[in-house]
Amino acid sequence: MLGLNKKDTTLLIIVVIMTMFAPFILNPFPETSQLAQFNAGYPDLMQRFVIFGIFAIGFNILFGLTGYLSFGHAAFLGVGSYAGVWMMKLLTMNVIPAILMSMIVAGLFSILVGYISLRRSGIYFSILTLAFAQMSFSLAYSVLTPITNGETGLQLALDDPRILGVSQVAGSIPPASLFGLAMRDSYEMTLGGWAFTFNVGYYLCAVVMIVAFYIAIRIFRSPFGLMLKAVKSNQQRLNYTGVNSKPYTFAAFVISGMYAGLAGGLMVAMDPLAGAERMQWTASGEVVLMTILGGAGTLFGPVLGAGFIKYFENIFSKINDTILHQWFAALPDGIEDTLVFLIHPFIGKGWHLTLGIVFMLVVIFLPGGIMEGIRRIVDLFKRRSPKDEVSGGAVPSAKAAE
Amino acid sequence: MEILKVEGVNKSFGGLKALNEVNLSVEQGNVHAIIGPNGAGKSTLLNCFVGRLTPDTGTVTFMGKNLIGIKPHEINQAGVSRVFQTPEIFGDLSILDNVVIPALASSDGSFTFNAWRGVRKRAEIQEKAESILEDIGLAEKKDVLAASLSRGDKRRLELAMCLVQDPKLVLLDEPTAGMSRADTNNTIDLLKRIGERGITKIVIEHDMHVVFSLANKVSVLAQGTVIVEGKPEDIKGDPRVQEAYLGGAHI
Repeated sequence: MLGLNKKDTTLLIIVVIMTMFAPFILNPFPETSQLAQFNAGYPDLMQRFVIFGIFAIGFNILFGLTGYLSFGHAAFLGVGSYAGVWMMKLLTMNVIPAILMSMIVAGLFSILVGYISLRRSGIYFSILTLAFAQMSFSLAYSVLTPITNGETGLQLALDDPRILGVSQVAGSIPPASLFGLAMRDSYEMTLGGWAFTFNVGYYLCAVVMIVAFYIAIRIFRSPFGLMLKAVKSNQQRLNYTGVNSKPYTFAAFVISGMYAGLAGGLMVAMDPLAGAERMQWTASGEVVLMTILGGAGTLFGPVLGAGFIKYFENIFSKINDTILHQWFAALPDGIEDTLVFLIHPFIGKGWHLTLGIVFMLVVIFLPGGIMEGIRRIVDLFKRRSPKDEVSGGAVPSAKAAE
Repeated sequence: MEILKVEGVNKSFGGLKALNEVNLSVEQGNVHAIIGPNGAGKSTLLNCFVGRLTPDTGTVTFMGKNLIGIKPHEINQAGVSRVFQTPEIFGDLSILDNVVIPALASSDGSFTFNAWRGVRKRAEIQEKAESILEDIGLAEKKDVLAASLSRGDKRRLELAMCLVQDPKLVLLDEPTAGMSRADTNNTIDLLKRIGERGITKIVIEHDMHVVFSLANKVSVLAQGTVIVEGKPEDIKGDPRVQEAYLGGAHI
């Protein structure tokens, strides 16, 4: 289907189902239950899941396929965000021009950064991209203040021209919309004790992510994608095989820069403002973590990694001591206090600690990320069936690695 | 017809003169062996053909095209393919992909932005790759990761990667180094079969058994200069060769 083989079609269908039914899947607990705080099915977080999913899918095209580790990809996301907000200030509140302009500007910026950074490989490439990102971050705060509005961040104003739309509606800024459908509109549905929210903005992001994911599958399975994998495997050999590896890595860099720009544009479409902190090196590091945690070089891993980290960031950080006391209320006071004291560093503001531990465990025990974990579980079940006993797992198969 | 011409090539590394006025002429369809004691400059010479090293002076022309100062991928696109001394393969890709990559390189050129149509849908590439694997005896393992192959199989894979490109000239750098007797004989058979395709080959080799069963012309390199050139049977008895190799002992 759609030019994909059976396995990839299945994967795409899974992604479609997961994103379309996310408001249900992410809200498994009834409103009133103790566990409701683990529900992630609210629009703001769901939007983040898919937007960072797109960011990670694009990053994976560069890092997962070619092995070139960029430490400055957040710069493209930030540049894309600024471009998006400017489109909304100058042109219209329709999100389409904003998103397109985000991709174009991020693409142009990645052409510049890629052209220079790709003169080196390995750690030097990473340092060059990091330098570019930090440079953009600092410039956004200083010299470029007229464009970026410095520390305040770029925001919409009532007197923006918006030449294709209106500057204001009844004294307020019009909402970001897609041909009249406001991004912030939601439809609430209550089923028994459960409440589900279907948000227009989320569904726009979800559809864009499905398209982005489909394009990524095509790239992975194309001759171009194969050459990128060969760059990671043995770049020198590739050059002696008659392939000029430079334009391949360059194209991969620009494509992943445009994915980052797309993510930035969607962020703006959901919430029309842009700040320099989006370009900081921690933001670049985050997408590296997402990709490695999920499984670099796998198709679906980066999306999982993005979801995992965003879930941690938003849900784990919400748990505080009061909630812990509620959980352990049944226990004797002494034990309750000790448990709360022990868990305290890992929750709330300490969620980074938990994430760090999980990340270390994954890198040490599952170097292929969450996807490797899933594959091992699948293999465990497969090995039980007698048919596979003969061929066994003795010979590492390249198919499993995909 | 002359396919490769080397004229007056010099190459020094610091004070060491690795190649000294090397002249060499390789005829189309020949298997041309370059032999010589360790440090004679054989690998240096080969590296000058593939763009890894640039000679200080002199010219290397391949079918009338200058090979000096152009990039490795351009040399390959011109029709010169190289098999490395230690097998160089794409370890974390499947055996089939290892052969598909060079096949794509020769059909699509050194860069094509073909990011949409699946590589498995390129029937002509897949068929070519699979038929070469069939030929070389690796067809059954085509989905296995290349890194898991034995050393001998890796060499065979590298040969397949080279042959799938239909090169005009193949450079073999010690194709049997580190192989057992049986593997060596298998490789010789394989190379002989390849010979039937009429591809010109330059072989660098220590093993005289390999040289004399494959080559129809031999150049002996010693201290960076070609000292003798001729048919294998003439070389065998030449006192200068024995002198250079073993200080006079019989080969």
